[in-house]
Amino acid sequence: MEIKKVPTRDGFGKGLLELGKNNKDVVVLSADLTESTRANWFKNEYSERFVSCGVAEENMMSVAAGMALEGKVPFCCTFGVFAAGRAWNQLSISVSYMDLNVNIAGTHGGISVGPDGATHQALEEITLMRALPNMMVVVPADAIEAKKATIAAASIPHPVYLRFTRCGVPLVSKEEDEFIIGKAKTLKEGSDLTVIACGNMVCEALEAAQILQEQGVSVRVINMHTPKPLDEEIVLKAAKETKGIITCEEHTVVGGLGSAVAEVVCQNHPVPMKLIGVKNQFGQSGKTEELMKYYELTASDIVKRAKELLGA
Amino acid sequence: MMKKRPDINELKEKAIKIRSTILKMLQIAGSGHTGGSLSEVEIILTLYKYEMSHNSKKPEWEQRDRFILSKGHGCPTLYAVLADCGYFSEDLLWTLRKMGSKLQGHPQRNVPLGLEASTGSLGQGLSIALGLALAAKMDKKDFRTYCLMGDGELQEGQIWEAAMMASFNKLDNLCGIVDNNKIQIDGFLKDVMNVEPLAEKWESFGWEVIRVDGHDVVGLMDAFDKVREIKGKPSVILADTIKGKGISFMENKASWHGVAPKEDEVEKALVELKKQK
Ligand SMILES: Cc1ncc(C[n+]2csc(CCOP(=O)(O)OP(=O)(O)O)c2C)c(N)n1
Repeated sequence: MEIKKVPTRDGFGKGLLELGKNNKDVVVLSADLTESTRANWFKNEYSERFVSCGVAEENMMSVAAGMALEGKVPFCCTFGVFAAGRAWNQLSISVSYMDLNVNIAGTHGGISVGPDGATHQALEEITLMRALPNMMVVVPADAIEAKKATIAAASIPHPVYLRFTRCGVPLVSKEEDEFIIGKAKTLKEGSDLTVIACGNMVCEALEAAQILQEQGVSVRVINMHTPKPLDEEIVLKAAKETKGIITCEEHTVVGGLGSAVAEVVCQNHPVPMKLIGVKNQFGQSGKTEELMKYYELTASDIVKRAKELLGA
Repeated sequence: MMKKRPDINELKEKAIKIRSTILKMLQIAGSGHTGGSLSEVEIILTLYKYEMSHNSKKPEWEQRDRFILSKGHGCPTLYAVLADCGYFSEDLLWTLRKMGSKLQGHPQRNVPLGLEASTGSLGQGLSIALGLALAAKMDKKDFRTYCLMGDGELQEGQIWEAAMMASFNKLDNLCGIVDNNKIQIDGFLKDVMNVEPLAEKWESFGWEVIRVDGHDVVGLMDAFDKVREIKGKPSVILADTIKGKGISFMENKASWHGVAPKEDEVEKALVELKKQK
């Protein structure tokens, strides 16, 4: 059976369209990546609320701050590397310090970006954005969640960083599911082990859980679509009820989702953990599937690490 | 000092050959930046076949002139020219953007292959070039540094930070070149974010400005000759070019910025290129 895959950036584009219709304060800023980020869907309908910034990401973030001070609800669109990395200090001082409702859409997150290589594969956004006070970080698991996250971000009076994929991701949620920023979701119950994942790793986690189930291991799967603010309650429950936790992110393990979970676990209820992610390396050119294998980010890698953790 | 010029007709033919190589590379890779690779062919070719002192047999020669491709996405052209100069075998070109290839989607520093710096995040190359030129002055080394930028790339503030600093430091060993094809990803610069008047901007930042047709190899050689004589300040060559140059259905189309041609499109393009000989 062919699985339907949709890039999460498409969900963002749809979310913007709905916001355009329902919220006159929403404005969209883009740094010469309007089609790639799907900001063009909004631009085509609401051109008077679209702001072309050119290739100038740092300027874009501070301009958005200024517009937010005047009551606008900006969404700044560019690739994750240029949003979180290049404009970090602008996001810190112009945006987070003033705690403004500026929303940042960083598309092309992760090595799954493919052949463009290291310079275009964002691997540090969760780390960089998580370190900023007031900034929230959302990594939707599929396009349906991406749309809901976009709409939700507009009504939160704080900065929100949204991370989206370039490549297609299988749908793991339904239109009617509830989505609340900061509230994680248990997708599968289990008692031996918990896998906490975000973004496109959620579907890998589900697949791994299925494989382990067939081998007699009961795995709980949590979709942690919001690395910040982290749903600590669901993490501690998992720490108490299962023998260990594995985190999965298509992102560096240095300071990312795994670190966020570990910070909570080790200070409150230490249990064995494994952090799956990119191990402080740069990305490189290649096909998405090849890269996911090379950087050990597939369901079978999760199965392997699960067995290590359980000592089997 | 007059330099010996290469045969003009040979150089023009080489430009056609490089264009066909670029198209084949991109087709095999299945992705990459077509428009901006085609617009910069004569610029990079003239640098490597005329202007720069370099030796592919001694890529680490300390006195070699340095080239920084600030618009890193234009690397197919640089790779094709480097192969033509003998830095590596043509076979490597067909591995562009593939897993494990030394020819990454955006250049990764590899001096033995002739790649001086990792670029691809726009706006950083001129600062890197400035650093090379500044270090050369400190050490009283004679090599020159060349940096190719896109016109859309000039929207990055960092470019103008470097522009200010280069003239402040009187870096006459630094030469910038702008591939002025008037198109970026979202469309024409005049609609996305106007950067004109460019000559006046660079002049007011203390640079010598020379304007040329970026597809005219003779004009480019003349410009490089002039630049070498300018003392006490950096120079920039504003090279007016056509994005997608040489292929009728690609010329002046923003839609060809980041799309690789398919097999039938390459076939059509090669027929056109053949007629230009
Ligand atoms: C800092 C940064 N922001 C955005 C991009 C994405 N990007 C790649 S090429 C490009 C347009 C560049 O236009 P121009 O400099 O005119 O290049 P050319 O037309 O010569 O290809 C953009 C925005 C990037 N590579 N780096």
